[in-house]
Amino acid sequence: MAGNEIDLMAHLMRRAGFGATYQQLEGLASNGYEETVEDLLNPDGHPEVETDLLERYFVDWKELNALEVNQSYLTYLWINTKRPLQEKMTLFWHGIFCTGNSKCEHGRMIQLQLDMFRRDGMGSFQELLLGLSRDPSMVFYLDNCMSHNGAINENWGRELLELFSMGVGMDGQANYSEDDVKEAARAFTGWTITNAIPRYPYGRYDSHFIFNPYDHDEEEKTFLGETGKFNGEDIVSIIAKQPATARFIARHLYNFFVADDVQVPAWQNTPPQDPELISMLENEYFRSGFDLRSVLRVLFNSESFKNARFAKVKSPTEVVVGTMRLVQDFTSPKIGLHQLASNIRYMGQDLMNPPTVEGWHTGREWIDSGTLVERINFTADRLGDINLPGVKAIVDRLTSEGVATPDQFVRRCLDMLGGYELPEETYTQLIDHVQKAGVLNPGSKEYSERVGQMLQLIVSTQEYQFA
Amino acid sequence: MTSVKKDPVLVVLQLSGGNDAVNTVVPFGDPHYVDNRPSVRVPEEQALKLTDFVGLNPNMAPMKRLYDEGKLAVIQGVGYPNPNRSHFRSMDIWHTCEPETQGTEGWLGRTIRDIDPNKDNVLTGVNFGRGLPRALAAPGVPVASVGNLDTYGVLTGIDGEDQREEALDVFSRIYSPTIGRSAVVDYLSQTGMDALKGADILSAAPEVYTSSVEYGSDVVAQYMKNIAQVHLAGFGTRVMYTTAPYNSFDTHAGEMQAHAKLWGETSKAVADFYDDLKEHDASDEVILLVFTEFGRRVHDNGSGTDHGSGGVAFVVGEKINGGLYGEYPSLAPDKLLEGDLHFNNDFRSIYSTLLENWMGLDAQPIINGNFEKFAFI
Repeated sequence: MAGNEIDLMAHLMRRAGFGATYQQLEGLASNGYEETVEDLLNPDGHPEVETDLLERYFVDWKELNALEVNQSYLTYLWINTKRPLQEKMTLFWHGIFCTGNSKCEHGRMIQLQLDMFRRDGMGSFQELLLGLSRDPSMVFYLDNCMSHNGAINENWGRELLELFSMGVGMDGQANYSEDDVKEAARAFTGWTITNAIPRYPYGRYDSHFIFNPYDHDEEEKTFLGETGKFNGEDIVSIIAKQPATARFIARHLYNFFVADDVQVPAWQNTPPQDPELISMLENEYFRSGFDLRSVLRVLFNSESFKNARFAKVKSPTEVVVGTMRLVQDFTSPKIGLHQLASNIRYMGQDLMNPPTVEGWHTGREWIDSGTLVERINFTADRLGDINLPGVKAIVDRLTSEGVATPDQFVRRCLDMLGGYELPEETYTQLIDHVQKAGVLNPGSKEYSERVGQMLQLIVSTQEYQFA
Repeated sequence: MTSVKKDPVLVVLQLSGGNDAVNTVVPFGDPHYVDNRPSVRVPEEQALKLTDFVGLNPNMAPMKRLYDEGKLAVIQGVGYPNPNRSHFRSMDIWHTCEPETQGTEGWLGRTIRDIDPNKDNVLTGVNFGRGLPRALAAPGVPVASVGNLDTYGVLTGIDGEDQREEALDVFSRIYSPTIGRSAVVDYLSQTGMDALKGADILSAAPEVYTSSVEYGSDVVAQYMKNIAQVHLAGFGTRVMYTTAPYNSFDTHAGEMQAHAKLWGETSKAVADFYDDLKEHDASDEVILLVFTEFGRRVHDNGSGTDHGSGGVAFVVGEKINGGLYGEYPSLAPDKLLEGDLHFNNDFRSIYSTLLENWMGLDAQPIINGNFEKFAFI
């Protein structure tokens, strides 16, 4: 197997999933690239993660109330999923269609929203947006349940346009007006929930979407140049066909899967950095009738994607889940899962509780002196633990290959972590470090420890912070 | 006994979400207040009266005490032209002082660069919390960002002192500035080196700190305590920042309950911070600014208030001339701007006052313009 095929597969699995072990990559590479993309896009043949045993082990999973419990649940799911792209898309939509526990205080309702992303996240964007408009935690989070005929609450109407579908503008132009926000809000009056979400004063209970025709504004509205007695469905169908929506989704997919772009508020005046790929994705969006699976297929099979190795800073979720998939820890329930999951928060991504409805800023904005320390310490702690199955497998592999020269030792450790490449000076530093510590004896206990130490140093480098 | 004059320190507390100015500094004397707030209103008799026109929210007793002591300046009607009601955009404008274009450099990032152009101290600016607010961001300006002051350090998990020393040695060489790599890698390199230096120094702060002040357990209170600890440890830190997280002040619904809790906690944290510094004879070394990205709609929506414009800010410190600054914007329908309070005072006037009269810097290049200063310092 040519090394570059495995490196490309490592790239695909880091982006379309949460990474894989070297052994898994070898298997996938022998299946072929496009075949693997199809398999990722159509995951139904792979079993879901079984949680019934887990619910016995973690009894608080049954209710899924507290934020920490939900974060543990997601972390476990993502470490163990056999449907990595489906889960990655769940995370993708969660980062855009943000709902925060700080307001909802009912994790289970947000988890149900993520279930919808999991189910519909690779289907029709129009259906997904409609599902979001009817999602109880979203209706509550952005106060559409407080928006009434004759007394609108603009929160949902505004964020639907600004953050969930079109963005404030593109190519230097505004995509909608203040009036469009108000008209959208009018069209969504009566879209509400039974059983308000906050747990006070009667405890937590499930909420459900209902349409209340008596609180719906039946009058004519003018939205994005079209006039009619619009209801929420009409607004969503008008939004779905806008060029701005295609652009917005294409840029979000690009920023999440291909390469770090400028942050969303700057999109109005900053053109895409890869206009050709963006235009391919936009065209596919319309050609396929807003089908996200088709758009993703074009994306992953594009040369732009294949050439974009290490063009993204890993998100905290990718750091933690990717590390665990690599070291093969928490493959079954055990104590310490809550603590593990909270590392994602320490690195700046409080799942199900984003800092604002804009979601998390990505790319280099994940990194500051605090979060860099968190990610280096977390990753180095795990990769240095030679008792973890995934680290042990790396040691065994290097031992069986009889890797004994410092140069080869560093090179193969980089391969095992997913085909990482280091600049010459860093590479030289690592080789010097190996040389200074003396002769390498594959098979010895000391050899195992030195593999662990080398992995720790590699994951501490600047280059390893990229996916 | 001679006392050495310490360098002035600026602390900023950001209230994310858009604090409802009207229910924070309550204009009970304006007849339009009752008209506009049928549901989300502080009753006149509960307001902590500052004058016969305005009073503080009843949950702000600790800050009322600071006001009575003359240590709290209330800046009314703060905003900027063409108000933007998006949280992110408005917060960006406060952070970058660039209302017209999308800025990436923060006003405090520039402030830190002015104070310490040669980067002699990696702790000139310190943020407490996850993620660096844009206000502190400026290319090449190191700002330590501390999530947990008690466990801050690099490669802390490596067993064996010798091995950790060796690993840190390799780490520091790998992270040394290089040329010909991408901007993001350069940024990572600089950040890594700064973290390494900063962590060594900061780890001492909690060890040397004692105080009789008992802060609350909420996030803001804990970080205000950390700020006091770092100041009192004497590392030469001049700018410190923290944020009330989760956009918690975004009270579209259930405002009466949520706002009461928020101000109960925040007001106590602010006064505890002042008292803590006072106990250590350091309250004249620090000034605290409390701000939010915008106020909220004048008219309530039945349960909360939507995004608006004109807001309120607070400045706290021993060296502050306490009192009310800036006219309270009228709530009369013909005086409103698209249903919002009209701002009377540009937020850059506050920055200008703090930068020039307190920090001793030239404000113009930092805030991109000249703005009339207040007399609170």
